[in-house]
Amino acid sequence: MDIFFQQVINGLVLGSVYALVALGYTMVYGILGLINFAHGEVVMVGAMVALATVAYLFGYFPELNPIVMVLIAATTSVISCMVLSYFIERLAYRPLRKAPRLAPLITAIGISILLQNLAMIIWGRQYKTVPKIFSFETREFLGANITDLQIFIIVLSAILMTLLLLIVNYSKLGRAMRATSESQRIAGLLGVNINKIISFTFVIGAGLGAVAGILVAANYSVAHYSMGFMLGLKAFTAAVLGGIGNLGGAVLGGLLLGLIESIGAGYIGDITGGFLGSHYQDVFAFLVLIIVLVFRPTGIMGERISERA
Amino acid sequence: MREYIFWEVKTMQKNFLIILLVGLLALVGCGDGGSGTDDSGKIIKIGHVAPLTGPISHLGKDNERGAQLAIDEANAAGITIGGEKVEFRLLSEDDEANPQKGTVVAQKLVDSGVAGVIGHLNSGTTIPASKIYHDAGLAQISPSATAIMYTHQGYKTAFRVMANDEQQGKVLGDYAVKTIGAKKIAVIDDRSAYGKGLADEFEKAAKSAGGEIVTREFTDTTKTDFTAILTKIKGLNPDVIFYGGMDAQAGPMMKQVKNLGITATYLSGDGIQSKQFLVLAGEEGEGAYASSPGLPLEKMDGGKSFQEKFLQTYHEDIQIYAPFTYDATSILIDAMVRADSTNPESYLPLLSQTDYQGVTGQIRFDENGDLRGGSISLYRVKNGAWEYIETVGGE
Repeated sequence: MDIFFQQVINGLVLGSVYALVALGYTMVYGILGLINFAHGEVVMVGAMVALATVAYLFGYFPELNPIVMVLIAATTSVISCMVLSYFIERLAYRPLRKAPRLAPLITAIGISILLQNLAMIIWGRQYKTVPKIFSFETREFLGANITDLQIFIIVLSAILMTLLLLIVNYSKLGRAMRATSESQRIAGLLGVNINKIISFTFVIGAGLGAVAGILVAANYSVAHYSMGFMLGLKAFTAAVLGGIGNLGGAVLGGLLLGLIESIGAGYIGDITGGFLGSHYQDVFAFLVLIIVLVFRPTGIMGERISERA
Repeated sequence: MREYIFWEVKTMQKNFLIILLVGLLALVGCGDGGSGTDDSGKIIKIGHVAPLTGPISHLGKDNERGAQLAIDEANAAGITIGGEKVEFRLLSEDDEANPQKGTVVAQKLVDSGVAGVIGHLNSGTTIPASKIYHDAGLAQISPSATAIMYTHQGYKTAFRVMANDEQQGKVLGDYAVKTIGAKKIAVIDDRSAYGKGLADEFEKAAKSAGGEIVTREFTDTTKTDFTAILTKIKGLNPDVIFYGGMDAQAGPMMKQVKNLGITATYLSGDGIQSKQFLVLAGEEGEGAYASSPGLPLEKMDGGKSFQEKFLQTYHEDIQIYAPFTYDATSILIDAMVRADSTNPESYLPLLSQTDYQGVTGQIRFDENGDLRGGSISLYRVKNGAWEYIETVGGE
């Protein structure tokens, strides 16, 4: 039964990444009612920028302490994604704030395609490899193997998610965000700078997404221009699973989706007696989503979207 | 709000739309001006298809380079066909390793009036495309598609210059059970025509050699996370894990195998026997086995000089199949020269009677279009490089 625990660990690692990305989707949806399809691509940009920075540092300053290299790369990546996301919001979504819901949705899809192709042109079409600057030890824990990096992913994600929840629920900024989420018009009338809050939401989501991208690249040692698409789709699914607009729901949905995927892929063959194989992994995950939504359309923890004034 | 009718749209917006439309039409209008004669001779187009984008674009580019090298050499030699001096051009297309794109691109090549096609790279795209080339009567020589079905469709236009998966699977299956000594084997494939085909042949051979297949798992050509299926495999404790698929997945997979603490030996086919696998798998790739059709480059008759030429021209090393596209292109041109015609009806019968000393070895075809006397070589990763073990088969 020790492989079950290994599958749980795999699921938690996968799920932590999904949760980080899902938070970006859920925050934007909560405030604007917009599914930011470009978010998956922002995650990809985070991974690619970090990779390019590490490759550059590795090539020109090989004597640098690897931790410093990673920190510089991470900072560059996070700042780039924040700036990118800010400009996407300003240039593509803000002018469409009063437009019918379909317009910003199509724009988001368009930006997603644009970013993918730009990335393909800038960084090439091959899988990019992550240079080995750290040696990660594998530890054994209750019969399962986990690398230091995977422990780091779970812990870092948990810290970031807790930080975000604390900010949103206990700070003045967080109050402003929640107010904007409830009703843009009323919050505006009560003195909240709506534009600033919305920009901030995008920027925070992008920051988390950049970290997720870096963790994914580090964990699988590959990054490429189309890695954001499926990841974004699954993260959005996770956000819906947990209850769109609900931060806690995004975290829960992300972790749950990761676990379902891992355990599902591992046991599908046994459950269906060999009829369905492990290549039905994705099918399984989305099937679970459909079943949950059929019985609980607002997701596990319930929806929280603004009333469009 | 109700819909706007075109004439109610503001004039400036309308003007913008008109200018945009005119601009697009102009762009479309000046497309490429077809083929024609050049002062250096009649232009003969040879098609080449491989994935130039996507996870295995490095292999596609490699193939393209091999073919281009042959074309450049033929042009430098100054060939005359049918009394006219000819110049060969490579019409290179990208099929993204996607079977649907493959058929679209095949039709495009046929419509462009190519005299023959080198390609495709993946069995999954080569097989559907072969029908299109067969219907158009064009010769198709694949440098790397190893799936058996490609030459077993009864098409007189389909050829390949390397051994197929029936041989490869058998060699690998025997090697796993008899040489590596595996009793329990786990098989994974990527559900592509190549991966699935090779894995099926491997299973057949391994079972008849006395091995036990403990599980058959699946992934696809775009995934990078295999921890779930590898964890399941770990629980079954096999001696060997066989993967039917390409290096783009095998690299990350190896890393995950080692990280999960799986001690089984990793075995795969020609899809992973590349430089890119070594890059992707890093030090975790140590000890992996792979087979590749043909001889290693150093043992090929023309191998060393081909490698030098390649490095000189492209400043990058060969991945896997470039020598095969080079030979495929060379024999296509050779058949045209022998038939003294670029018309497929004339040169096809001569192509099937090819007896050519290529870089990869002596090239002769059997009645199906398969390479006669093809050999399979085995390699192992040692100290971050592919080490040659032995060759099975061949004449």
